[in-house]
Amino acid sequence: MPKTVLKVENLHKSYGNLEVLKGISFQVRQGETTVIIGSSGTGKSTLLTCINQITPPDKGRIWLEDIEITDPKTDLNMVRSSIGMVFQHFNLFTHLNALDNVRLGLTVVKKISPERATEIGIEKLKLVGLEDKLHSYPAELSGGQQQRVSIARALAMSPKLILFDEPTSALDPELIGEVLNVMIELAKSGMTMIVVSHEMGFARAVANDIIFMENGVIVEEGTPEAMFNYCKNPRTREFLHKITELYGGKKE
Amino acid sequence: MNQLQIIWQGLPSLLAGTLVTLNLTFYFLILGFLLGIVLALGQVYGPFPLKIFFIVPFERFFRAVPELVLLFLFFFGSSFFRINISAFMAAVLAMGLRSAAYQSQIFRGAIQSIGEDQMRAARSLGMSTLQSIRYVILPQALRLSIPSWANEYAVVLKDSSLAYAIGVTELLRQGRYIVARTFGNALLVYSACALIYFVLVFAGNQLLKFLEKKYKIPGFEIQERRDQSVLERI
Amino acid sequence: MSFPELAWSILPKLLEGMVVTLELTIIAITMGALLGIPIALGRVYGSKLIYIFCTFFVEIFRGTPLLTQLFILYFGLPSVGVMLSPFTAAVIGMGLNSAAYQAEYFRGAIQSVKEEQLIAAYSLGMKQVQAIRYVVLPQMLRLVIPSWSNELIYLLKYTSMAYMIQAPEIISQGRLISSRNFRTFEVFIVITVIYLVVVLILSKFLDLMESKFRIPGL
Repeated sequence: MPKTVLKVENLHKSYGNLEVLKGISFQVRQGETTVIIGSSGTGKSTLLTCINQITPPDKGRIWLEDIEITDPKTDLNMVRSSIGMVFQHFNLFTHLNALDNVRLGLTVVKKISPERATEIGIEKLKLVGLEDKLHSYPAELSGGQQQRVSIARALAMSPKLILFDEPTSALDPELIGEVLNVMIELAKSGMTMIVVSHEMGFARAVANDIIFMENGVIVEEGTPEAMFNYCKNPRTREFLHKITELYGGKKE
Repeated sequence: MNQLQIIWQGLPSLLAGTLVTLNLTFYFLILGFLLGIVLALGQVYGPFPLKIFFIVPFERFFRAVPELVLLFLFFFGSSFFRINISAFMAAVLAMGLRSAAYQSQIFRGAIQSIGEDQMRAARSLGMSTLQSIRYVILPQALRLSIPSWANEYAVVLKDSSLAYAIGVTELLRQGRYIVARTFGNALLVYSACALIYFVLVFAGNQLLKFLEKKYKIPGFEIQERRDQSVLERI
Repeated sequence: MSFPELAWSILPKLLEGMVVTLELTIIAITMGALLGIPIALGRVYGSKLIYIFCTFFVEIFRGTPLLTQLFILYFGLPSVGVMLSPFTAAVIGMGLNSAAYQAEYFRGAIQSVKEEQLIAAYSLGMKQVQAIRYVVLPQMLRLVIPSWSNELIYLLKYTSMAYMIQAPEIISQGRLISSRNFRTFEVFIVITVIYLVVVLILSKFLDLMESKFRIPGL
């Protein structure tokens, strides 16, 4: 069995009186893709930002391979540089062109030489099909292109794991496909990924595991096959039914 | 003599100077306000030749020439043309016209941000252009202008100290007299003047903030405009 | 002497004064930027103590007339034993004054850099200092260009106040000339024209720079 890349144990997070995460535990193994689903406001995004400690959790422990992220002695910047993050609104650096967006983390955080960073940048942008947009600024790119640059930026850091926070929900429908295709290729190439998304086609195609969250807890977890065909919880069934209607989820 | 005593004994003349400073500020603002509104309306609704041959050059001129030069131009210009006006009057003209050029920009921005729709709605009720301006456009524009206007108040108040240069006995000149009369500590006396200016600027801004709150109308994003106006030294 | 003859004869001296005016402006705007950026950063990211100090500085210099600031520096400081030359006093006064205004422009620009930009930087593993250096500052500098151009024009105009503490700028030159020929108004007409021309050239130049450093979407 492949080794465990990420282990989350009993994670809690509250904002004031509002308890967003109420004891989340799960594991992701190397090369696997985990898709997290659940209606909005159930703490999916908070879970992701807790994993790379952009939002510090109140309680619980997280391990990235054998490093405990939640240990106060751990160098958070080191950890973050090995966890990629792809945002709903892309969050590309507005003042840098596509290539420089990919290069910045390499030169500043990883202290890689500018020449080498350029090589890596071009290679990763090629991988997401944007080799002809190296010198375009974010404002000159479509949403789908921006999200692909953002995936290249995450990839360039050679992360152990990439977190996707609703990567397609801010995109126009006709632009979703190009981003999903890149993500499918990535999953097939053996990248470890956690994806918050309601794209069931994507989940069916590459997910090893689907987690259904509601009100800050994991209601049910299983392979796509198990979840779509034999899920036990009526809430899960209802939710899956609703999003398959909305987003489509025909078998491929 | 004790330094604090000097300030204490000089206080009446400092306050007299403060009064002159406030007087100057008041006239600058009033002249600037009245002329500024006319210029702004002319800019937005006036005929093209008026804009291009009068309003634009007027604004450009008064925004490009330093306040001090304007003061000297009016002060020495009046004697050159043998017009007998006081230094106070020359200051009011120079700085009032300068303020008009700036206030006109403030009002024009506000009028333009209200947009065509309001004008069209007013006209479709059967109002004349003048009536629409009077009852629909101006009331909204003036409210929107309050934050930038607060800036202009502070600028004008501070710039009134320049009237010192042409001999108006305002606050700073009173300070100068005290220093000369008593051989007092210039640092202390001028700091006292600075403190008075600071209080006046602060009090004025508080008053305008209060007005802004009082005349707030739901749906008017004055707050947002204030944030933008932070970026300008208007 | 007719006016054109007069104008022609005094032009060299006045232009000499204009050179001093420009020197004052350039030194003051540079000093203002170098001080204004740290003050703005202090107001946005600093600890409580730093915030209070920076806010105090900004409010004092924005809340009082530049002329009193110059008087305090030039006439006031000698009472505590600090003697400054007119030029030095003018540069320091205008530099500090401009720092206070520029700090506000920079602060506005820093605050308009979106939070998501910082989150992206942290997610890549950057420290706060790195995120500020590589993400916030470059964006802030572009956002601030329009207000900064404004400030340069203002400073150019406000340097005329240095005349009041006898710095040898253009108005001082003008007064010197008119104390000999008694044609003060005409001398000031020439000064006005010089200012108009310089401001015009400067604004055109700034417009050019602005469009040159534009980045799509910023």
